[in-house]
Amino acid sequence: MSVIFEKSKPGKNGFRIPDNGLKDMAELPEDLVNDGIDLVDVNEVDVARHYTALSKMNFGVDCGMYPLGSCTMKYNPKINERMAALEGFSRLHPFSGDSLSQGALKLMYELSVSLSEITGMAAFSLSPAAGAHGELTAVMIIKKYFADRGEQRRVILIPDSAHGTNPASVAMCGFEVKEVPSTKEGDVDISVLEQMTDENVAAMMLTSPNTLGLFDRNITVIADILHRNGALFYGDGANLNAVMGVAKIRDMGFDLMHINLHKTFSTPHGGGGPGSGPIGVAPDLVKYLPVPVVRKSADGYFLDDACPASIGRVHSFYGNFLVFVKAYTYIRMLGAEGIRNACEHAVLNANYLLAGLKKAFNLPIDRTCMHEFVLNDEGMPNGVTTNDIAKRLLDYGFHAPTIYFPLIVHGSIMIEPTETENREMLDRFIEIMISIKKEAGENPEMVKSAPVQTPVKRVDAVLAARKPVLKWEK
Amino acid sequence: MSFVSNNKTDEKDMLKRIGVNNIEALFADIPEDIRSTGGLGLPEALSEIEAEKLLRLMEKENRPRLSFLGGGVYPHYIPAAVDQLTLRSEFYTAYTPYQPEVSQGTLTAIFEFQTMICRLTGMDVANASMYDGATAAAEAVLMCLGMKKKRRVVISHALHPHYREVIKTYAWANDITPAWAECAGGVTDVAAVRALLDDDTGAVVIQTPGFFGCIEDVAAISACLSEKKIPLIVVVNEMVSLGLLKSPGQLGADIVCGEAQSLGNPVGFGGPLLGFMAAKKAYMRKMPGRFVGKTLDADGNTAYVLTLQTREQHIRREKATSNICTNEGLCALRAVIYLSMVGNRLRDLARLNHSLAAYMKKEFSRIGCEPLYESPCFNEFTVKIKNAKSVLEKLSQQGIVLGLDLGDYQENLTDAVLVCCTEEKTKQDIDAAVAAVKAITV
Repeated sequence: MSVIFEKSKPGKNGFRIPDNGLKDMAELPEDLVNDGIDLVDVNEVDVARHYTALSKMNFGVDCGMYPLGSCTMKYNPKINERMAALEGFSRLHPFSGDSLSQGALKLMYELSVSLSEITGMAAFSLSPAAGAHGELTAVMIIKKYFADRGEQRRVILIPDSAHGTNPASVAMCGFEVKEVPSTKEGDVDISVLEQMTDENVAAMMLTSPNTLGLFDRNITVIADILHRNGALFYGDGANLNAVMGVAKIRDMGFDLMHINLHKTFSTPHGGGGPGSGPIGVAPDLVKYLPVPVVRKSADGYFLDDACPASIGRVHSFYGNFLVFVKAYTYIRMLGAEGIRNACEHAVLNANYLLAGLKKAFNLPIDRTCMHEFVLNDEGMPNGVTTNDIAKRLLDYGFHAPTIYFPLIVHGSIMIEPTETENREMLDRFIEIMISIKKEAGENPEMVKSAPVQTPVKRVDAVLAARKPVLKWEK
Repeated sequence: MSFVSNNKTDEKDMLKRIGVNNIEALFADIPEDIRSTGGLGLPEALSEIEAEKLLRLMEKENRPRLSFLGGGVYPHYIPAAVDQLTLRSEFYTAYTPYQPEVSQGTLTAIFEFQTMICRLTGMDVANASMYDGATAAAEAVLMCLGMKKKRRVVISHALHPHYREVIKTYAWANDITPAWAECAGGVTDVAAVRALLDDDTGAVVIQTPGFFGCIEDVAAISACLSEKKIPLIVVVNEMVSLGLLKSPGQLGADIVCGEAQSLGNPVGFGGPLLGFMAAKKAYMRKMPGRFVGKTLDADGNTAYVLTLQTREQHIRREKATSNICTNEGLCALRAVIYLSMVGNRLRDLARLNHSLAAYMKKEFSRIGCEPLYESPCFNEFTVKIKNAKSVLEKLSQQGIVLGLDLGDYQENLTDAVLVCCTEEKTKQDIDAAVAAVKAITV
């Protein structure tokens, strides 16, 4: 596939710049001005065709199912895009001042209140621009909390099943990471946790349900161990889709958490963002939330940055506002019942896939799952691997599941259908997975050389890393 | 509205196949005493029709007629093709391109974005995006200081105040000490920078054009750092300026980072934005964020793939260069489509921006509102207006937002307003605004 630069030719550019009623009034000294720029000269026709062609080489949720564990690739309602494009939102400058921004501030306030109600947390900040950003912000709050108490706690515990952003966020804040093992049943090993929790431990980060898609049956015991030790309990809310409306994160004992709006609340993934990672906290920690905070008074809504205990600003403005518009629209459309219903069907769909696949594939931990579950490639014939299975699924019009994560399951295949897949699609997925297993036995080359039906064949990632070419050159 | 299409019959069949009597049984692992009784305290479900009505009511409450606000986020014209092509659902409903064989659309576009950012900034490598200019700057500081194991960073007072605050937050979290270099005449005082340098300084951060609108002397600052080999981080938050101004790379920057929202993205009440980071080759393996690289597929055809992933959190975990995962992918796509549409005419567009601002500056002078600084500006400048706060308030009531009251940011800048003109403005808009100011200040 060619790049736009290859379509460039002098004279092609038809983009007209108006003079806006002015003759050139430039007053810039020569030594500040460049000799010219080298982008492209193409016509709108080229642009339309080029990016249309590119889009046809992409797979999106509208093309088919993404059974990606931990990503919650649910359907993105189209109304979200229309609402985010409303000019009163998209053209509103963040420096417009409170009196001219009441609608936007009201939306942010009500969204925060909704997220608090769903999770049981006392208050939310919408500033973090992604889940990892939310994690980092929360770790900063943990740091400030202990600094204020004059306690020098250097360690944050994470389970061996943690998502990579967890230890990375911890390290970005100057804490030391210590790993807590999981049991064979997929719960945190409580006895080891007890031993590891000492006066040096500031907090534990845990995803709930965990990254195996299992609800840790000892969750309140974990919280208790940490709290007795004066430590805080952070919840990675990536899997909120599995519990929303059924149980509140705060009730599990968590003191702070993040949410991924681009997972649980249907905002589109965009090929890598924009996301949004609001953080929610227990009452004691509210004062540490980043500024500005959206508040409501008798006169209306306003942005408050006079919060002396706050960790400070973490974003140039207020977070990814147009993403809030989409999440808010979704939450209002679903309503209280719809949120619970979505959760219940997410869990139903996952268990249905589990029931259909557990005979054909190895299931490392045989328990009722929540919204996702983990299989692996143990016992696959002819040395067919998880990666091969993933690639072969692409040939059948499915996106691959999450593979090789969590790390505690070798060759992990993590499957999360979400509630927006219908039964017919789930049946087809089961059918295709079983037929791939059959192919692995009877015709392994088909699986090992997959994909063959996609716009490009299996891509050489090793070459890309060995000889990095990160931009186009003539 | 519901997006669940299984009906009650499906539900029954599925439960049977699973081997349980009801959905509730699937939640058995959640202890009874933490399961919610009663429904969520949220409003009832709405139809799409009602949801739209509700959102439109909220939208109506935000309505300035005319705004000259800039200050890190700039209202530029967005060609229709950008909106329409980005609405192709294969782009916006796609996941991160971890399976390259079905993501060549996303990957190719990001590769193009990386290329264009390098060309505009004069750098060797650029990543797939950061959250915004402020966090891009903060992570650039962490990168430089981490590489040299230093604990101090010198930052210009002409860096956007919100960016300074975000760097402060990240610095505090990492036991890094920021030192602030004063400005003179609206630009960084080179002597002030030189005086602050010591053996523990790991980087210097400036912004051009600076927060007050003035173009920095990047070469002079770069020169004073070369002896101690301290890296210069140049922040750009109005990328259209690079259509006309010399690139920071040409002038001695080691890292160029900042905000690319100007390129095809709406102001959106401050988000989503489009952070970017570009650097000289030596920084490649230490940079945060995703990279798309060129490679081949099994048939020997050109293909694109996420690469150098061993820097990243999913592989290196606590040793990763950053925790960043989801970034601003779709905003980067908008930027690359925008830059493809405008192309090399970006230079003319930049010239127009500058001309409009120059015209407004001149018109302000005619009514006795002089510019605060003499230094050349791009499309933003600081103007002196007596009783600025009250003038701005009165204009706001007329639906005109003249600019940013700098008195809110610095004590000695009361009666100074930061005003921005992009190509969205016409001569008539400017004349109307200036006339309105004249009517109030007379």
